Amino acid sequence: MPAAPGRNAIEVRSVSKLFGTGEAQVAALDNVSVAIRENEFFTLLGPSGCGKTTLLRLIAGFDYPTEGEILLYGQDIAPLPPFKRPVNTVFQSYALFPHMTVGQNIGFGLEMLGKPKAEVEARVSAMLKLVRMEALKDRRTSQISGGQQQRVALARALAPQPKVLLLDEPLSALDYKLRKEMQIELKRLQNETGITFIFVTHDQEEALTMSDRIAVMSSGRILQVGSPWDIYDRPAERFVADFIGDSNFLPAAVGAIENGIARVKLLSGAEISATVAEGYQPKAEATVAIRPEHTTAVRTGGQLPGSVENVVYLGTDTHIHIKLDSGGNFTVRQQNMRSQSCGFEVGERVGIQIAANAAQVLKD
Amino acid sequence: MASGRTFDLRSQPAFSFVALFTFFMLYLPIAALVMYAFNAGSSMAVWEGVSLRWFYEAAGNERVQEAALRSAVIAMFAALTATVAATMAAIATTRTRPYRGLTFKYAFINQPLMVPEIVTAVALLIVFSRIKVWTGYSGLGYLVAAHSAFCIPFAYLPIRARLENMDLSLETAAADLYATKWQAFSHVTLPLLRPGIIAGFMLAFVISLDDVVITEFVKSGGQDTLPTYMLGQLRRETTPEINAIAVAFLLFSVVLVTAFFFVNRRKV
Amino acid sequence: MTSAAEIVTQVERDDVRARWLLSAPALLIIFFAAIGPLFVMLAYSVMVKGDYGDVRFGELSLDGWFSVLFQRDIFDDTIGLADAHLSIFWRSVKLSLITTLVTLALGFPTAYFIATRPPHTREVWVFLVTIPFWTNLLIRTFAMQEVIRNEGILNTLMIRLGVIDQPIQLMYTDAAILFGMVYVYLPLMVLPLYASMEKLDFRLVEAGYDLYATRLRVLWRIIIPLVRPGIVAGSILVFIPSLGAYVIPRVLGGGKSMMLGNLIELQFGAGRNWPLGAAISITLMAMVMLALLVYVRNAARSGAQHG
Repeated sequence: MPAAPGRNAIEVRSVSKLFGTGEAQVAALDNVSVAIRENEFFTLLGPSGCGKTTLLRLIAGFDYPTEGEILLYGQDIAPLPPFKRPVNTVFQSYALFPHMTVGQNIGFGLEMLGKPKAEVEARVSAMLKLVRMEALKDRRTSQISGGQQQRVALARALAPQPKVLLLDEPLSALDYKLRKEMQIELKRLQNETGITFIFVTHDQEEALTMSDRIAVMSSGRILQVGSPWDIYDRPAERFVADFIGDSNFLPAAVGAIENGIARVKLLSGAEISATVAEGYQPKAEATVAIRPEHTTAVRTGGQLPGSVENVVYLGTDTHIHIKLDSGGNFTVRQQNMRSQSCGFEVGERVGIQIAANAAQVLKD
Repeated sequence: MASGRTFDLRSQPAFSFVALFTFFMLYLPIAALVMYAFNAGSSMAVWEGVSLRWFYEAAGNERVQEAALRSAVIAMFAALTATVAATMAAIATTRTRPYRGLTFKYAFINQPLMVPEIVTAVALLIVFSRIKVWTGYSGLGYLVAAHSAFCIPFAYLPIRARLENMDLSLETAAADLYATKWQAFSHVTLPLLRPGIIAGFMLAFVISLDDVVITEFVKSGGQDTLPTYMLGQLRRETTPEINAIAVAFLLFSVVLVTAFFFVNRRKV
Repeated sequence: MTSAAEIVTQVERDDVRARWLLSAPALLIIFFAAIGPLFVMLAYSVMVKGDYGDVRFGELSLDGWFSVLFQRDIFDDTIGLADAHLSIFWRSVKLSLITTLVTLALGFPTAYFIATRPPHTREVWVFLVTIPFWTNLLIRTFAMQEVIRNEGILNTLMIRLGVIDQPIQLMYTDAAILFGMVYVYLPLMVLPLYASMEKLDFRLVEAGYDLYATRLRVLWRIIIPLVRPGIVAGSILVFIPSLGAYVIPRVLGGGKSMMLGNLIELQFGAGRNWPLGAAISITLMAMVMLALLVYVRNAARSGAQHG
């Protein structure tokens, strides 16, 4: 569920960031615009090198945009140095000061802001309580575990009560189980503090679980912004459909569009109904994306005929790789039932049944 | 290896033998030096039993006292100057994208390491002797200046290494947490850099203390440091007094080097 | 209102300026008390020598440079090679080369020995090499004198053992200088060698044995090529100070067996020929630069091979 539409906490307007000069110049960000609402858990998702961390660093003030402006509650903060921005960061490496204790780390920001000692003390205690680390206040940061360091980094960034909290892949150094715990913890902290979170990750599952909205990035551009449901079920472009979850891509001719639903003719001749990506421009040959779990393999009928090439058993479900008669491959994912195999043999003739509106016509 | 018959991948024939011989060779002369310092007799040739006589004589020798004090004063001033300059230079030349003049700075700072000491020594003799005539000043300033210059690359080395190993995101984090540039430096960079600075200072101090050649050419009359005093004494018929001085000097160096080793290894 | 791009360039420009200001003290000290004087010396090398040392300021002459290699006969004014100088040049190069080879022969097995110790004892061995390295050069030279002088340990021991009955005169010979330089510069060979051997991947040695190489061949074909950068670095670190040695030949050579450093001193002292001294100094510096150049090119090449 998207957060109630409120004010914009951050507004990024046509921002570009170029690195290097002359021939070697690369655009880490290419004319990016995005608005992040107050109190939302917003995620920048993309593969490494897509520009998500660069965007985060521009918002934090560690780097300056080559072009464009960044507004914080309507005020242009592009010329402000990081220590004048009410924005704090949780670093990927945590960047905890090794020569200070846990408590000193958490109190550092408030101390720099010149807050009275008593207030700093009180905030530090409150923060330690918030991240459930009261007992470790006087430990050195090198004497605590990775998960604990993560919590200290969070507490340190939250202590000055920033308007926006930036998180740069903060969970990537944790092992699987701890990561799961911290995902829930982060969500809880965001709810309790009511601070706008901007979260950077390359992990699609993490993004889907935690975010109110997600921006998918690739090669310095934002491809799509939407709720996790939008991103997964209504991918706008091939990259999005491919990067998040698995998809089958089929060439198709798009017929009439009515209320966002199109009649689509596949190469096999079959006609199916499909949702249409926002901003789709009619063209001769379009691509549709179909999730494997929205299809079933059947012995008789189905919209796409083919033959079974491989059956892969994966515990919860089974992947059936099918060679289509009309050319290309297709994967069907079926949930496994107890003591009942899917029953398909390699080489067997099958049809693929596509659920109504399971296909999405892509923009590109 | 429990059994001699197993094939040790790492061993090479006779290498261990040569290595142990080398270590023996490294310490034999020092052992000889130390041994003669405890000789009771006044001749370097004949062993007349153990005594601390020459240590007392050396300690009571006014010229030795003066030279030792002068060495310490010069080393202290030179190491301080060099460490401050080297720290600033290290901050200016690390953790940055290459900028125009950076390579020039590296070359400049390391230049004293590249030129044979005797060459620098006579070049300084030429310049300083003329300045002495012009200004009439012939104090310890020349020695301090010369020592500062050749100590800079040594002080620079550990400080720069420490800076380069420092996590850049720590200062970024400080800036993120409302520390101004100066606050980030004094609260984060400097405390983390401290072991490097101490190591640099100690290194510079030892280098200045050890210098013979440049001091020998730059010093004015009556400005002997401990090494130049010893060099002068070696020309004459020597007594074990010089061994005693050398042993004391040696002991001091060993203590400093050991301390340096531990400071440089410290994490925070 | 300044544009974003202007802010970026302004920030970068300010940063570079601050960096120049920060490095200024170090650069000025080194300029005043190390590099600047070298240029003054260059100027002195082309002036007329003063009667009691120094130069006649402003009077130009190439006599200093001429005298580096040639001399004018005092009686018939014919020009001949300055044999004394040439033999000192030759001795310096020869002794430095031999020192480099001997330290390599001793240092390579030593570094290898240290590198193959268990990690916790390794540090102790390295420390044992470091201690003499940081000990005063004069003291180490003096310590070597204690070993090789006529009443020293070496001669005493050999007489006691009956190997010789008269002490061998080692002091004030080329051999004495060689002993001293090998002893003094040995750590400079061991430390860089060890640094590159420490990084040696012993799985490659295993692979060598697996492919039927003998111990000697593993050493020759695998270990030595892999630690070559260390060999080159160590050799250059020993060769350069050997070439410019002053204290060791002064103490152990005793003015009979001179090297370039002593020849330079002589011109500024009893020789009273500062232009000649300056010219020899510059020649020595040029030789050192040449050696460094060889090293840098070598390092660049091996860097390209491995990188």
